[in-house]
Amino acid sequence: MKLGEDIDTRPLLLVPVLALLAWPLIGSGSTWLTLTVAGLAMGMIIFIMASGLTLVFGLMDVLNFGHGLFIALGAFVATSVLGAMGDWTGSGEWWRNMVAVLPAMLIAMAVAAAVGLAFERFIVRPVYGQHLKQILITMGGMIIGEELIKVIWGPQQIALPLPEAMRGAVLWGDAAIEKYRLLAVAVGLAVFAVQMWVLGRTKIGLLIRAGVQDREMVESLGYRIRRLFIGVFVAGSALAGLGGVMWGLYQQNVVPQMGAQVNVLIFIVIIIGGLGSTGGALIGALLVGLMANYTGFLAPKVALFSNIALMAAILLWRPQGVYPVANR
Amino acid sequence: MFNRLISNDAPRSRLLAALLLVILLGLALAPFLFPGVKALSVAAKVLIFVVLVAGFDLLLGYTGIVSFAHTMFFGIGAYGIAMASNTWGPTWGSLAAGFALSLALTLVLSLAIGLFSLRVRAIFFAMITLAVAAAFQTLASQLSDFTGGEDGLSFKLPELLLPSTEFSDAPFLGVSLDGRLLCYYLLFVIALAAMLSLLRIVNSPFGRVLQAIRENEFRAEAIGYRVVVYRTLSSVLSALYACVAGAMLALWLRYNGPDTSLSFEIMMDVLLIVVIGGMGTVYGAAIGAVLFLLAQSYLQDLLRLASEATTAVPLLSSLLSPDRWLLWLGLLFVMSVYYFPTGVVGRLRMRAAPVSSGVAR
Amino acid sequence: MNKQVMSSNLLSLEGVHTHIGAYHILHGVDLQVPRGELTMLLGRNGAGKTTTLRTIMGLWPASQGRISFGGEDITALNTPAIAQKNIAYVPENMGIFSDLTVKENMLLAARSAQHAAQMDETRLQWIFKLFPAVEKFWNHPAGKLSGGQKQMLAVARAIVEPRDLLIIDEPSKGLAPAIIQNMIDAFQQLKHSGVTILLVEQNMHFAQQLGDTVAVMDNGRVVHAGRMQALAVDKALQQSLLGLAL
Repeated sequence: MKLGEDIDTRPLLLVPVLALLAWPLIGSGSTWLTLTVAGLAMGMIIFIMASGLTLVFGLMDVLNFGHGLFIALGAFVATSVLGAMGDWTGSGEWWRNMVAVLPAMLIAMAVAAAVGLAFERFIVRPVYGQHLKQILITMGGMIIGEELIKVIWGPQQIALPLPEAMRGAVLWGDAAIEKYRLLAVAVGLAVFAVQMWVLGRTKIGLLIRAGVQDREMVESLGYRIRRLFIGVFVAGSALAGLGGVMWGLYQQNVVPQMGAQVNVLIFIVIIIGGLGSTGGALIGALLVGLMANYTGFLAPKVALFSNIALMAAILLWRPQGVYPVANR
Repeated sequence: MFNRLISNDAPRSRLLAALLLVILLGLALAPFLFPGVKALSVAAKVLIFVVLVAGFDLLLGYTGIVSFAHTMFFGIGAYGIAMASNTWGPTWGSLAAGFALSLALTLVLSLAIGLFSLRVRAIFFAMITLAVAAAFQTLASQLSDFTGGEDGLSFKLPELLLPSTEFSDAPFLGVSLDGRLLCYYLLFVIALAAMLSLLRIVNSPFGRVLQAIRENEFRAEAIGYRVVVYRTLSSVLSALYACVAGAMLALWLRYNGPDTSLSFEIMMDVLLIVVIGGMGTVYGAAIGAVLFLLAQSYLQDLLRLASEATTAVPLLSSLLSPDRWLLWLGLLFVMSVYYFPTGVVGRLRMRAAPVSSGVAR
Repeated sequence: MNKQVMSSNLLSLEGVHTHIGAYHILHGVDLQVPRGELTMLLGRNGAGKTTTLRTIMGLWPASQGRISFGGEDITALNTPAIAQKNIAYVPENMGIFSDLTVKENMLLAARSAQHAAQMDETRLQWIFKLFPAVEKFWNHPAGKLSGGQKQMLAVARAIVEPRDLLIIDEPSKGLAPAIIQNMIDAFQQLKHSGVTILLVEQNMHFAQQLGDTVAVMDNGRVVHAGRMQALAVDKALQQSLLGLAL
């Protein structure tokens, strides 16, 4: 992805263009606003989940088909933590809710990170450079993980209700905008900002950006890029865990298969964005979120297909995604 | 002459040959050897999965491509039969028409997917097929007018294949000669034909080019083979076999729904079978299917015993619960990819010929 | 071998073989790089020069033989470990990160600096004098530089911190004659700073001006080693080794 002077601006226009195209189709301005915010919120959550995956691929050419596992794990951990803090989530005061939600997020991230560390060590590391085996093994890893989730939490669906103060909507004219969705957008933007800061302003971020371009040269400069990769993998898993918490709260329930379910959406997002590009992942995620919500309203039966059509359209325009990473 | 039948693709290991023979005889005589509804059901499933997985092996093992859209074509084949019977009545003509239509749809879709996606990297292709298959499954459950939606379609078979049709009053060797038996042997013949034709394909010049592409795409292109063409052909052929397997499934179950043929679980089962059995061997599909389906049907009973025996240790008991059999199979799968990448068949062949000829698999 | 001569060699290769896949590229390379001097590695295309450099850096593992640096055996080390022994490598394709700015490229090479401000200012000024383009395009994406400027950046990166050994692969490739002269001047100055350099070149003018020691490779072996001056005056030897005269 490009930082600094020449940011390729055309893909940035895709999001507002899609939103504007949908307005006349939807008709009502207030409905459009509600759907757009919902779409942006969903998109932000998907971005949080997808950003780790795309960096891992960009940096080390590893595609983790089991990424959904960390998402599911994060969501399930949140059910346990929030379940245990009922009196905090039941309160109508914001700060009390946050006392429950923030630890839930942090613990979910920590658990996902720890599992990510083990996953990298035992599942991914033995198959560096062998794409076919990576696909098979990471899928296998996800199945094992999903079954273990069923062992620990049981195979059935578990409710994950929103804390009291986060429920409900604010009114803007005729439009009802759910509070949680605004929160999701805020968190997503914060995550994006932190990622951009790390990538653009720290040495580690520099190493990652350079490593995505030319891994060999970074090693020749004396850096152990393997360690960097482990770090990025673990960070990506942690982000997926955070995304899982937010996704679980968005749906208000969790199932062990949720990782596999959302995997497809994430893949569509990173293909649209360009494998290895954080900015691309954001654009892809927002597009997918908006598309899902608009079609969910206009033509629910074709919702998933619409995202595939979107992906196909973008690939016809730019076969490597909107921001292809150089040197690939 | 026998060699020509199996296209000179000998098992190359006496143990393997013996196993295959046992499987062949077992399946051929299943109704007589294994009485009971469950056993015959397992045998029929083996036949169906052999065709499904062998077709997948053509794509994965011989061409080196992972496609998650395989179950989509499985579903198309099954729905073809189901919808034809429901819409046009349970006659041989309507079934033939339905089957022809599903083959046509399979051809068109697999061609489209192949041409569009095979130009991109393998990872892209895998992801795209995953997305397409997921979308198709959703579509099938939503177009309830045609497909019966979530509930699926129950339908009738032509009279010859109905269980109620009796060909003789007295049972033969303890088995009643009814339409169900005929149906089973119909599946058997189809499966046998599929295996032999696949052996012919992979051992033909076409098959050799596929393997060359799998080993070194760049070189194959440089020598003059249009890689995209070969890959697309392989993808289309593989899809057609899946379609046939789907038709077999519908014939046997007399029912089809989104979960019966389109679910992700089935895709995983296919992957498990092909890896455990042995990628790039065709015979691996047979061995793997038998192992897998036996495990699926009977391992659960074993796990149930183990789980009950360990109720004192709740976590262990939970891990050994028969519902968690996929956990153990998943572990076996991961280990197979690491330690037995050539699967059961590969292992047996290596034992039989310890002096490697130095040529890659 | 004379012990005194041994210890004055910073880098030493003994009987090094390298296989890439099925191909046997290096067939027992013996190479001595004396401390404080510039050693030229010459040879026709395909002689194995780049492979030798990559093998030293651990990018391709040596299948046989021994590589010692400062008396220490580095044959089995991985690339980052070798680089951390203060060996800088400038590959044939320069290894410039084109999406990063010139400043970021330099910062990356400065292992001890976390931010640009932590880079040694005095040293940077010295580098700017050697390679003015680096200063001029400091905040521009490195991809925007011309070929010659990228080459200068690549060498600048290699010296942004004091290094004991510079390994450089064809720095003059594809450069205009005027730029090549700039390069030669820069390298003369570098030599004065006392750093040891191993340089692969095909440009004889370049080689003759800078080389103290010379080694000539052919078919994966070093077929001649000695002083550059001796080779420069021996036209017959040049003809037989390289097929041309200096």
